[in-house]
Amino acid sequence: MNFLSIIQLVVKNLRARKGRTALTILGITIGVAGVIIIISLGAGAQSLILGQVTKLGSNLIVIQPGKTAESGAPIPGLVITSLVNSDADALRDKGRVPYATAVNANTRGSATIIWGNKTIDTTFLGTDSDYPKTIDFTMQSGQFFSAAEDTGGANVVVIGSEIANKLFSDSGVNPIGQVIKVKSSVQSNVGGVPLRVIGVISPRGSSFFQNQDELIFVPLVVGQQQILGIHHLQMIYIKVDNAVNSSSTVEAINSVLKQQHHILDDINIDFTVRRTDDAAKLLSTITDALSLFLVSMAAISLVVGGIGILNIMMVTVAERTREIGLRKAVGATKKAIRNQFLLEASLLTGLGGVVGIIIGVLVSYLISLLMIKLGYDWAFIVSPLSIILSVGVSILTGVAFGLFPAIKAAKLDPIDALRYE
Amino acid sequence: MNLINIKDLRKDYITGDVVTSVLKGVNFKIDEGEFVAIMGPSGSGKSTLMHILSFLDRPTSGLYEFKGENINKFDDDYLAELRNREIGFVFQSFNLLTRTTVLDNVKLPLVYSKKTNHDELAKKSLEAVGLSHRLNYYTNQISGGEKQRVAIARALVCDPAVIFADEPTGNLDSKSGNTVMFLLQQLNDQGRTIILVTHETDTANHAKRIIRIKDGDILSDEPVLHRTIADADKDLIK
Repeated sequence: MNFLSIIQLVVKNLRARKGRTALTILGITIGVAGVIIIISLGAGAQSLILGQVTKLGSNLIVIQPGKTAESGAPIPGLVITSLVNSDADALRDKGRVPYATAVNANTRGSATIIWGNKTIDTTFLGTDSDYPKTIDFTMQSGQFFSAAEDTGGANVVVIGSEIANKLFSDSGVNPIGQVIKVKSSVQSNVGGVPLRVIGVISPRGSSFFQNQDELIFVPLVVGQQQILGIHHLQMIYIKVDNAVNSSSTVEAINSVLKQQHHILDDINIDFTVRRTDDAAKLLSTITDALSLFLVSMAAISLVVGGIGILNIMMVTVAERTREIGLRKAVGATKKAIRNQFLLEASLLTGLGGVVGIIIGVLVSYLISLLMIKLGYDWAFIVSPLSIILSVGVSILTGVAFGLFPAIKAAKLDPIDALRYE
Repeated sequence: MNLINIKDLRKDYITGDVVTSVLKGVNFKIDEGEFVAIMGPSGSGKSTLMHILSFLDRPTSGLYEFKGENINKFDDDYLAELRNREIGFVFQSFNLLTRTTVLDNVKLPLVYSKKTNHDELAKKSLEAVGLSHRLNYYTNQISGGEKQRVAIARALVCDPAVIFADEPTGNLDSKSGNTVMFLLQQLNDQGRTIILVTHETDTANHAKRIIRIKDGDILSDEPVLHRTIADADKDLIK
């Protein structure tokens, strides 16, 4: 019996029982759609999260005050003042941290910007002229402040594109050269610090879930002394020349800072050094694990669907006992009968798989549209692997769960089967 | 040459410690072109005998030669092929596939054969039983007599050496039964070997030879002296 005639036969049988066929494949369809959707969402979420991390720039080391909170998150609201300007200066020593191409000291706070009768609440970053060397961005107009402006504590400010839009776009005024006032929300500097706008940064979206276009940048000294009235740092970024040197740079940073802070015992370390690459790796490990977990949940529904197939195939074999007897009488071998039922089961699950893929891809696409509409930097990703995998798994399910009924059918004694009522 | 040659054919069924002998050493020969009726009451062993003769079952002991070959040496797959090639079945309850057309029913054995011109052969076979006008009817749309004629067409389609008809008129009215017997006699006249299994003397008298069995033994094996010749129904048979 040739393969084509088995296919014709099986298709005819399935078409003759349309309602049952549809119900039978439902379980597989849901399972496959679930797998596709979850893998697609996982990939989308991963690209979103990794995008947030890698936008900071690669080969970046982040130093924060306070001990690494391995046992839990740092206490919110607790201000740690252990990282200071002299630490950043010490790290700039090429002899001690040779592979650092830029050392960027930062402080940040929330502030209100006032220009004319407009006020905007935003976040400001007190930073230095190394900022453009550590973080990737381009200027829309003007320039970032120079080393001289930075160390001299010039009253200048660089603003994000959205701030520029909100303040100046309706009046058509060129932001460059305008003087805005920046008022800290915690420090009482009545009236605010007047700062001259010298640059606008091009739109760059969000990273680490902070909209970068809503930030303003002031020289570190201005931020610390005039706006916040503090002397400590909140973050130091260090750019490493090459990824291969990042481990040794982390070690160098540790030793410099321990010396700066007079720490002899590692237990007393009061700073945290992280690599963004590590964070990216960690995050993708987490999303991978999460995806795997969800996919295995969806896979369970595939197994349940497979049991449905098993059930229906058992019923089908029982129902068609006489037919099986007849087929054997007119010359069907055991193999031919087994293949017929096996093919029927695989075709059922294969069909369920294809319908599941269509639904899964469609739903994933709709979700991605929704996420983009909600303002997330979401990518619609359906990996070919997930499609191959789910079709493969569904056909395999058909074979696995169809095998027992098919063998049962093949083993039927034609004499008994022909007598079956 | 003998088509069928059986010697001391035995069939025992073992249930637990109880051995039931259904055939107790049966001997006969059937030549090509014969029309033989195997007769006997229910439980006589005639069905078991037919199953063995048609390769659906194997004897416990004894010799069965078909076309000079000992069939005991063949495996199940080869017996299936042999059934496909050499045997045509006509059953009491027709055993047609439901939700399937007349033509597709007749094509069924061809699916398991090496032949390629399925449509042509099936149509030719249906023409021989006078059902060319029913090709695309579903089996639930035709009468009982027509169903049995479809079954005969199906039995013929692979051009077998022998047709086994197991109570072929059992589920039919006398007129339809007569048509079926007419067709079987016509096929025999054309040279086809027919083996008819029945418990009705009237039906058996259509054959040329009757083998009577009872309790697993042959009671008699003799030619039919006053053979019934079925006459054609002019409306049904062209």
